[in-house]
Amino acid sequence: MEPKTFVNPKNGSALLLVGTMKGAFILSSDRDRERWEVSGPHFPGRTVYALAYDGRAGRQRLWAGTSNFFGTLLHSSDDFGRTWTNPDTAPIKFPEDSGQSLKQIWQIIPGREQEPDKMYCGVEPAALFESNDGGQRWSLVRGLFNHPHRAKWEPGGGGMCLHTVLLDPGNAMRMHIAVSTGGVYRTDDGGQSWQSRNQGLTAEFLPDKYPEFGQCVHKVDRHPSRPERLYLQNHGGLFRSDNAGDSWQDIGKGVPSDFGFSMVAHPHDPDTAYIFPLEREMRVGPDGKVRVYRTKNAGGSWEPLGAGMPQQDAYETVLRDGMAADALDPAGIYFGTRSGKLYASRDEGVNWRQILDRVPAITCVKTAAV
Amino acid sequence: MEIEVSGSTVAEALAGLWRAYPGLRDRILTEQGEVRQHVNVFVGEEDIRYCGGLSAPIKSGSSITIVPAVSGGTDD
Repeated sequence: MEPKTFVNPKNGSALLLVGTMKGAFILSSDRDRERWEVSGPHFPGRTVYALAYDGRAGRQRLWAGTSNFFGTLLHSSDDFGRTWTNPDTAPIKFPEDSGQSLKQIWQIIPGREQEPDKMYCGVEPAALFESNDGGQRWSLVRGLFNHPHRAKWEPGGGGMCLHTVLLDPGNAMRMHIAVSTGGVYRTDDGGQSWQSRNQGLTAEFLPDKYPEFGQCVHKVDRHPSRPERLYLQNHGGLFRSDNAGDSWQDIGKGVPSDFGFSMVAHPHDPDTAYIFPLEREMRVGPDGKVRVYRTKNAGGSWEPLGAGMPQQDAYETVLRDGMAADALDPAGIYFGTRSGKLYASRDEGVNWRQILDRVPAITCVKTAAV
Repeated sequence: MEIEVSGSTVAEALAGLWRAYPGLRDRILTEQGEVRQHVNVFVGEEDIRYCGGLSAPIKSGSSITIVPAVSGGTDD
């Protein structure tokens, strides 16, 4: 089963990259984001947890992390999915002395603009890999792998995953990662050493409710122009940091549930962020409603956004990488569900419409501008 | 697909397979050199899990079969 059509983005086109449990889909539109071309399924039958677009240094390169019974691979495409690399040797492999074997690629992150050949991957079992040649060769970031806490990290329901990689855009030595279950870690020396950054984050399932590490952090996002501001969706709890993770404040009041997986910071307004609350038993949107919640005052209050989406008898789940924002103005907000629907808003979440349906369970949604 | 290789163990025989088809190694074995969980390797009709794993001995004329498991009921 190969794609029947392919997208034809032009400079300035908006891209949506949608990973699912059984393949990936690529959507393209003009800046108006009214009509979307769709191509797929790419990698039919393979689980796609991670997708990315690298537009640095004149590239127009897509990346995909895929897996099936025959292992986990990293692929790239320079023609918007018409052809993909199919490497003989798995590009990302744990060293033999690590005793670990790659299970999933959870995150593919092109580096900063000023480091056009730098890339990072967050993987399962939780580890960070980096590339210095645009993704051709990869090496384990041993400074994190050898952290003394790692032996006490535990798998969450989705596996022991390093699911969040956040680069400080203004400080090449600083980045954050997050692990379920392990917590948030930060490096200030380019990855050689890492410190836990979990003060104030709860671990309701541990005897010590505020441990140094071990929290089941579901997702962290940072505001691009105020990088010390981070928003965090925890396994129980919503938090904000204004000091790059040195401390976290509870911002979980006024939501129908403080449980959820995804967290997206607004691309332009540092006081705005989006979540998809899930009730704890079924892990679906509360009350049978499909609603995103938005804060516009840095978590002081939250408002439900559901116009255009079902508000009764609808039981939808959005996974931790299933929501994204584009960087256009007004910002587009997107999320994909485990039931295979993709919703989009062109006005920052006020109005929504479904732009994709009947695809396999959606695992990740990424945006890009060509 | 059939291919002739030589060796006195399954591992030696598979090494010959990897030389002929380099792309197969990482798809059959993990980076720790273990057969992937959902891949089955048989010597004749014997699953190597129960007769020595990759160190299982083979004789001249042995057939080694690599088959993906028919594993349904995933959590998706």
